[in-house]
Amino acid sequence: MFTSSSSFTNSVDALFTYIVVLSLIVLVGITAAMVYFVVKYRRSKNPVPVNIEGNTTLEVLWTAIPLALFMSMFYFGWTGYKEMRSAPADALPVNVTARMWQWGFEYPNGLKTDTLYVPAGRAVKVLLRSQDVNHAFFIPAFRVKKDVYPNKVNDAWFVSDRVGRYDIACAEYCGLNHSYMYSAVQVMDQSDFDAWFSSASAKAGVPAVLAAAK
Amino acid sequence: MANVAMPADRAEPNYLEVTTNSHKGILGWLLSVDHKRIGLLYLYTMLAFFAVAVGFGFMIRLELLTPGKTVIDAQTYNQFFTLHGIIMIFLFIIPGLPAVFGNFFLPIMLGAKDVIFPRLNLLSWYLFIIGGLIAVSAWLMPGGSADTGWMFYVPYSLRTTTNVVPALLAAFVLGFSSILTGINFITTIHRMRAPGMTFFRMPLFVWSLYATAWVQVLATPIIGITLALVMIERALGVGIFDPSLGGDPVLYQHLFWIYSHPAVYIMILPAMGLVSEVIPVFARRTIFGYKFIAFSSLAIALFGSLVWAHHMFTAGMSDTAMFVFSFLTFFVSIPSAIKVFNWVSTLYKGSIQADPPLLYVLSFIFQFSIGGFTGLMLGALSTNIHLQDTSFVVAHFHYVMFGGTGFGIFAAMHYWFPKMFGRMYNLKVATAAWAVVTVGYNLLYFPLFISGYLGMPRRYYDYLPEFQPYHMVSTVGSWILIFGLIVMFWNLWRGMRSGPKAPMNPWGGVTLEWTTQTPPIVENFREVPTVTTGPYDYSRYESAAKEGK
Ligand SMILES: [Cu+2]
Repeated sequence: MFTSSSSFTNSVDALFTYIVVLSLIVLVGITAAMVYFVVKYRRSKNPVPVNIEGNTTLEVLWTAIPLALFMSMFYFGWTGYKEMRSAPADALPVNVTARMWQWGFEYPNGLKTDTLYVPAGRAVKVLLRSQDVNHAFFIPAFRVKKDVYPNKVNDAWFVSDRVGRYDIACAEYCGLNHSYMYSAVQVMDQSDFDAWFSSASAKAGVPAVLAAAK
Repeated sequence: MANVAMPADRAEPNYLEVTTNSHKGILGWLLSVDHKRIGLLYLYTMLAFFAVAVGFGFMIRLELLTPGKTVIDAQTYNQFFTLHGIIMIFLFIIPGLPAVFGNFFLPIMLGAKDVIFPRLNLLSWYLFIIGGLIAVSAWLMPGGSADTGWMFYVPYSLRTTTNVVPALLAAFVLGFSSILTGINFITTIHRMRAPGMTFFRMPLFVWSLYATAWVQVLATPIIGITLALVMIERALGVGIFDPSLGGDPVLYQHLFWIYSHPAVYIMILPAMGLVSEVIPVFARRTIFGYKFIAFSSLAIALFGSLVWAHHMFTAGMSDTAMFVFSFLTFFVSIPSAIKVFNWVSTLYKGSIQADPPLLYVLSFIFQFSIGGFTGLMLGALSTNIHLQDTSFVVAHFHYVMFGGTGFGIFAAMHYWFPKMFGRMYNLKVATAAWAVVTVGYNLLYFPLFISGYLGMPRRYYDYLPEFQPYHMVSTVGSWILIFGLIVMFWNLWRGMRSGPKAPMNPWGGVTLEWTTQTPPIVENFREVPTVTTGPYDYSRYESAAKEGK
C-alpha cells in the first residue's frame, strides 16, 4: 500500500515519514532520559537530591526548536493540501452519489455505474452529493478523502498512473451498514477504458462522448 | 511542617467517622456537604460507570477479533461504541480528576475548610448521577440506546429510531454538573486560600484545575445549547441542522466541536497537574520550571479554545479556515511540549523512589507523548486528509485520553489513597498491576495507528481481511489490560478493607494535604495553616544532608 498509486500518495507519505522520524527521535530521547534518571538517581544510590528551580535558557530552547519544527510540518501540510485543492481544468468530472449504504457514479454523458472506472494518467474530479445522511468518500490508496453532505456539493480530485483496482470506503459513520459501504475505483489503460466506455454507453443507450457536459 | 506527626491518641474523628449533618449511615453520605465525602461519592459512582464502559469496550474489541460477525450484530455494535464513548467521556474522563480528586484535595491544598459553595457541590453530584442514569437507562427503553456515536452528528441523529433524546438529555444535564463544579472551583481558588497562599505558591494541580474550571464554565454552555437545539429539532421539526428543513449539518459540527475540542483539555489538564504533583514528591526535589508549567496550563486553555475546526478538515471548509485552524493547532502543541520537557527535567538529580504513583506517571509521559506526536500528523493538513476518520484517530485520542488522563486517574488513586482511606495497599502487587496494565494498554491501541494509516476506517463493524492481524493483537491487548485493571482494583479494594494503617505522610510530600491527619478531619485542619514557602520546597532533604556531614 505504500506504493505510489496517486499524485498525492508520495507527498502525503513523505510528510508522514518526516513527522514520524522527528517524533521517534524525540520520543526515544524523552523515554531514555526518563528511564536513565529514574535508575541513576534512585534513592538507594542517591539519597540527597539537588533542587534545581529551572533554567530559562533551556525553556527558551525547548520552546523555540519545537516551534520551528512544527512550522515546517504546518508548511508542508499546507502545500500538500493546496495540491489537493487544485484540480486541473481538463479533469474528467464524475458525479458521485452516496446513500445508505452504497456509492453511485455518473459520467458526463449520463452513464451510471456502481464502480468508478477511470483512465490511467487522466485527472478525475469527483463531485460528491448525499441523498440522506453524511458520508465520506475515501480512497485509502490515493490518500483522498472528503465528506459528503446532503445539502452541498463537495469535490476532490486525483490522477492515478497505476492500473489496478482500489477500494473506496465510507469514512463518516452513517448507520447500520456503514462498514459495508465499499465500492472500488478501477484504473484502466486509456484504450481499455475507451473500449469499456463505448460498450457500456451503448448498453445504457447514451452517447459515448466524454466531453465535459457542465 | 510535614514531619510533625500527631500522636494517635489525640486524633480527632475523621471524615469517614463523622459527617456534617445529623444523619447516620447512607444518608450521612447522600446528604453530606463535606467536600471529601462528595469526592468519594463521585469516586465510587465514576468507577461504577467506568466498569460498565470497559465492559462495552471489551465487547467492541471482542467483536472485532474476526471479520464478519464474531459475537454481536451490527446494530448492537453501533450502540455499544456509542455508549462506550458517552459513558467514558462524560462520566469517567471529565469528572475523573476534578470531581473526585479536585473535590477531595483542592480545599485541603489551599488550606481551606471546604469549597466555597458546599451545597452547590452536592447538587453537582446529584446532577451527575441523574445524567448518568438517564444515559444508561436509554439502553432499556424500547428502540434501544442511541447508535449515533458520541458526536451525535446530524442528520443521522435526527433520523435514527433509537433513543437519541435521552442520550442528549443526559449530556445536557451532565454539562450543568460540570459548569457548577467549575464555578465552585474558580471561586474557591480566588476566595478560600489560606494566609500566605499566593497564586504562585499554589500547587500545580490547583493551577491545572483553575485553567480547567474556566474552560468548563465558558465552553460547556455551548454544547448544552447545541444539544438542546437538536432535541427541539427532533421533537418540533424546527429546521436548524437538518438539510431537509433548510438547516446545515456543518453548523452542527462547528457548534459541537467549539465545546468538544476544549473539552479534550478539560479532560487532560487536571491529569497534567497531577503529573506535576507526583514527580517532585517521588524525586524529593522541587519542580523544574514551576511558572512555565503553570502558565502553559493557561496557554493550553486559551489556544485550545481556538482550534476546534481541526476535527473537520475533510468537511469542505474554505482554504482560509483550513490554513488558520491548522496553524493554530501547531501552536497549542507548544505548551504541552514545554510541560513534558519540564517533567523529565524534574527527575534530573532527584532522589527517586519508583513507587506505583510515579510508575503510572512515567507511563503517562510516554503515552501522552505518543498521543501528542500523532496529533502533529493529524494537525498537518495533507496527512490529516488521509488519516481523518480512520482507526489512527481512534488510537491517537485513546493515547491522550486513556494513556494520558486514564493513567493520570490511576496515578492519583495510588498517590492519594493512603490519605483518603488511612490505609495502604500492597506496593508489590500494585507495581505488577502497573506493568500488566501498561503492556496491555499499548498492545491494545498501538496496532490501530498502523491499520489506520493503511486505510482502516473507524466505527466499522466489519473489515477487510487484510486488517485482521492488527485487530487480533489489539483484542488480545484488551484482555491483558482488563486483567491488569482487575488486579489493580482488587489490590486497592483489599488495601481499603484490611491494609496496614497508613502514616500521615507515607511518600514524604510537602503540599498541605500531607500535613493533615490521616484520614483528614471534617474541616481538614485544626487551625488554619499559614503558608510561607512555595509548594515544592524540598530543601530540607538537601540541607539536612549538608548539616549532617
Ligand atoms: Cu456512509
